[in-house]
Amino acid sequence: MSAVLTLDFTVNGKRRRMHVPPMKRLLDVLREDCGLTGTKEGCGEGECGACTVLMDGVPVNSCLVPAVQAAGVKIVTVEGLAKGPALSVLQRAFVERGGTQCGSCTPGILVTAHALLQRTKGRVPGDGEVRVAMAGNLCRCTGYQMIVNAVRAAARETQASARKRPARAAKPKAGVARRKPGSGR
Amino acid sequence: MRAALSTLEVARPRDLAHALKLLHASLGSERLVPLAGGTDLFVTLNSGVVPGRRFLDLGKLRELRGVRDQGDCLVIGALTTFSEIREHALVRRRYPALVAAAAEIGAWQIQNRGTLGGNIANASPAGDSLPVLLALEAVVHARSVRGTREVPFTALFRGYRDLALEPDELIAAVSLPPPPARAKQFFRKVGTRRAQSISKVVFAGLLRLGRDGRVDLARVALGSVAPVTLRAGRAEHALLGARPSAAVAAAARAALLEDIAPIDDIRSDREYRRRVSGNVLEQFLRVVEPRFARR
Repeated sequence: MSAVLTLDFTVNGKRRRMHVPPMKRLLDVLREDCGLTGTKEGCGEGECGACTVLMDGVPVNSCLVPAVQAAGVKIVTVEGLAKGPALSVLQRAFVERGGTQCGSCTPGILVTAHALLQRTKGRVPGDGEVRVAMAGNLCRCTGYQMIVNAVRAAARETQASARKRPARAAKPKAGVARRKPGSGR
Repeated sequence: MRAALSTLEVARPRDLAHALKLLHASLGSERLVPLAGGTDLFVTLNSGVVPGRRFLDLGKLRELRGVRDQGDCLVIGALTTFSEIREHALVRRRYPALVAAAAEIGAWQIQNRGTLGGNIANASPAGDSLPVLLALEAVVHARSVRGTREVPFTALFRGYRDLALEPDELIAAVSLPPPPARAKQFFRKVGTRRAQSISKVVFAGLLRLGRDGRVDLARVALGSVAPVTLRAGRAEHALLGARPSAAVAAAARAALLEDIAPIDDIRSDREYRRRVSGNVLEQFLRVVEPRFARR
């Protein structure tokens, strides 16, 4: 048992080694030690989703994850969505459709939406499906319609560009058509 | 970062046996606080309350993961997340009420981290998986340096946030007996918002009619309406042996009010919870058997 942890993990495709207290929150490790301030703290209790990052491909609240449990995992933050200076299709859809609104919840919203679109690859999720997937990301501005519209527009654009390149269009994997998450409602 | 967190220590056991040894040894000084998915623990820590200074990270213990079909029972490892429960084919087929609960525990982010064992250990009277586990007559596998002990869910809750577990025992798994054949399962959570809210009332029920058209199995369990998650024995008794009708549903509802003891608190009040508990009971009965609506 020690007060300092040597944390080896991957952040946005880069392997990193940090020396941090083991119960330091992943959120704080990313912001303070990795200098990635795109991830925000909102409520600090797993309600608002502003601190959402991907951990081994699935969205989690980084304010509830201790550094010790990030050992060996792959993290993707909002900074990891764009390819260099080029915005991702999803990010561009948010800009074009006013999905960013005040911007405070946007990093977490983008990360969750990105994870949803990874899961629904090849089809456009319905309005309700997007809303259920995003239920853990709160916006306090104006509502969710522009956000939902942007997510679905990005899915449509990705689908359309996949159709233009049939040779590269991946076959839908078994299970991708399952409504996920949200089949319970 | 919050100053308090930087001083906390974490033990990282190699395997379950090592974890149990560390936990047992810690009773001599300061007990290690088990850490699973962290979704409850970090809410407490982030609010500035420190439940201990030394933690036991269970995250890497493979013995606590996975769902095993043991023929008669399904054994769900304590570290199984709610997302894993939602996606597991056998759980979906046999225990739809558990899947329904898993789908309403927090949102996607929480379901990816929150564990079944953690929900039990946290022992909140509002824990959403607990009424389902109680209605399914689940059994907790408590492990310690002394071995494994099976604690039936019906004997698990001693009092408010007080489980019938020893301080050096870890919840290793939960086993679920086969669901009673032909019994219908039901789950309903009532909160302020459809997603992410802590329950004001949480309800699980199983019901079956015999060949003679009378109820021959009735299990009703509720959370957030008493210091502990409870089985509504009086309501069950009012249903057993009865032919479904609106009058029987009303009698069960009246009996239910004798089973529960809700309080006024930050999320709701006593009167609302009594009303809603009765409404949800009647909804359960009508959904699983439309004749309960018949006058």
